[in-house]
Amino acid sequence: MTATEYKAGSNLEKILSEGKFAVTGECGPPKSADGTVIEEKAKILKGYVDAVNITDNQTAVVRVCSMASGVQAQQNGLEAIMQMTCRDRNRLAMQADILGASVLGIKNILCLTGDHMSFGNHPEAKGVHDLDAINLIKMYKDMRDEAKFQCGDDMPVAPQLYIGCAENPFGDPFEFRALRLKKKVEAGADFMQTQCIFNIPKFKKWMEEVRAIGLHKEVKILAGITPIKGAGMAKYMKNFVPGMDVPQEIVDRIAAQEKGAPQQAEGKKLAVEMIKELAEVEGVAGVHLMAVEWEPAVPEIVEAAGLLPRPAVA
Amino acid sequence: MADEPTAAAAAAAEADSKPATAALPANEGFEPEIIVFACHYCAYAAADLAGSMRLQYPSNIRMIKLPCTGKLEVIHLLKALEAGADGVYAAGCLEGECHYLKGNLWAKKRVGYVKKLLEEIGVDPGRVEMYNMSSAMGPQFAETAREFTARIRGLGPNPVRPREGFTAHEVVLKQMGDLAMPDDAGSDPTPGS
Amino acid sequence: MITAERKPFDEIYGLTEGHDKVLVAGCDTCVAVCLTGGEKEAEILAAELRIKAKEDGRDVQIEHTAAIRQCEWEYLDAIAAKVEEYPVVLSMACGIGIQSMAEKFAPKLVLPAVNTNMLGMPQEHAVWLERCGACGDCVIGETAGICPVVRCSKSLMNGPCGGSHDGKCEVTTPEKEDIDCAWALIWERLLAQGREELMLVNRPPKNWSKSSSGGPRKMVREEAKPV
Repeated sequence: MTATEYKAGSNLEKILSEGKFAVTGECGPPKSADGTVIEEKAKILKGYVDAVNITDNQTAVVRVCSMASGVQAQQNGLEAIMQMTCRDRNRLAMQADILGASVLGIKNILCLTGDHMSFGNHPEAKGVHDLDAINLIKMYKDMRDEAKFQCGDDMPVAPQLYIGCAENPFGDPFEFRALRLKKKVEAGADFMQTQCIFNIPKFKKWMEEVRAIGLHKEVKILAGITPIKGAGMAKYMKNFVPGMDVPQEIVDRIAAQEKGAPQQAEGKKLAVEMIKELAEVEGVAGVHLMAVEWEPAVPEIVEAAGLLPRPAVA
Repeated sequence: MADEPTAAAAAAAEADSKPATAALPANEGFEPEIIVFACHYCAYAAADLAGSMRLQYPSNIRMIKLPCTGKLEVIHLLKALEAGADGVYAAGCLEGECHYLKGNLWAKKRVGYVKKLLEEIGVDPGRVEMYNMSSAMGPQFAETAREFTARIRGLGPNPVRPREGFTAHEVVLKQMGDLAMPDDAGSDPTPGS
Repeated sequence: MITAERKPFDEIYGLTEGHDKVLVAGCDTCVAVCLTGGEKEAEILAAELRIKAKEDGRDVQIEHTAAIRQCEWEYLDAIAAKVEEYPVVLSMACGIGIQSMAEKFAPKLVLPAVNTNMLGMPQEHAVWLERCGACGDCVIGETAGICPVVRCSKSLMNGPCGGSHDGKCEVTTPEKEDIDCAWALIWERLLAQGREELMLVNRPPKNWSKSSSGGPRKMVREEAKPV
């Protein structure tokens, strides 16, 4: 593929286009005007991931905005995947922000619905939800491919974007999940990341349905993995995080170890095993490693999973 | 009723001696059924007068007498069209002279609203109309009847015309129920007076 | 129908501070049906306020009245004479009724004793659920008769989101009760109707200019205006 055939020409896009197994990471910006946090995280992850998600007020908790942290990450040599939720911005802000992001060199954008305000630290805020994730994907696709604003007006210079979305293979209604991905693909998603997977059999079943309608050929699917830091975390995710499916065996496996370093080691080991298993599933184009506030675990996991060195693309 | 026609009536009669079909527009051979909701105090009396003045007006006209055109509801006009009438009009007193003060103004408003509805559904709003006349205006009644019939002839048959022949009048009369007055001239609709 | 919930008693009692004559005005339409502010409830609230005032040693005259419907001025004529006698009225009607009273009797102090909360439907006796968002551009014909604007916590036009689990929304009510996922319900009913292809339509962004977001709305029926 030549440069002109890429939609944005980002590192992530090139790696996925060449059929290489991609690795993405995740970074939460700080809850303050602290400019050093992203720098530090970038240093840890650089060279171990192809691009890193920069979350956008994740779980409705206010942090430095994704665009600013994304630009910081890129200034520190780590390609960013900016995130945009539908909860905090209307279509004007979303278009303005993506133009700003594009101008500042960001090329990957993940379009999300967004966790509800009630989960975060500002539950009294008014949720915007002017658009939903599917509207957002289409809007960015039309900006990129048609050089048009959502209202239909033309723009002289279109943003170059590699558009992603998220999907939860464990959400309900289960029979509709593959179809929902289809809607996102039709709207214009180029790549997608799943929520973190613990129930691999259920994920494989979902992939069957995805493959049955040929979606794996139309969108690059990255399987989400979260290394478990301890039994407490496993239990919390099982019981309190919406849309998460954590089989009891996994909780038990971690809990069988001693608290602290032994449980952490088991969590990393489990993550490596899952990555290796998921890499064999037809249609999985990469892994999305969400080491939430545990970025130092990433280099070890990526290496143990045999994913080094990361490919260098032109 | 005068034994001899008045001067005005004579002039009208002369005008009416021209063949009624002189200005037949397109759709020759199509005979529309026109339903006229006429108020007892003015328009119906004018129709009576036209009759007694021997003024010709098309037999396409089928009358329904109401105490006042204010009794006419939007649904009556629509149902008349639905029953197959090709044209419908309300004939009431001159504005300002309604026996019931404002009934003819309500009728005018409702006819206007029905025209809007007809536009929405793709039926020519010209198929319904509001006319005003006094009880002395026999010639005007006849002229109105002729003009409107010619207009409807030009528009062609009602697109929802479900029948052959003139059957809408009977259907509409039944729909009007107690609102329609018996077809006898001279009776007062106000009970006890 | 419009539903409302009585404000906390302390808040209402606070509204009587500084007044020695207070009228509690109920409304016998919507708020009576949802058992919040009809004549019966107005009488009860007036009694509560009187008792509390007595406890506090305050000398204040608190009476009640009720209109058939507070939102239409013709119906306020019946209680106008009584209202005129009081410097302050605590209205238990919905927000529309309260404003109607405030306008008709302006500049008299008319204060809300209830929080109007939703356009709701009684699912069973004494239980109301929010059903309509009054968005001005109804799409429920395409969503199996279920409103995605106000029954989906995120007003998704293309739901469900990833938080839908076991047919429930990721959000719980303040009382920690589950909310049905509207899009799970829509999916189920579309299946039952044999219209599942409607779930695959990529619905465009909603036109919010027709909702209150576009400014306060007005409706005129020209054909019904008096001649």
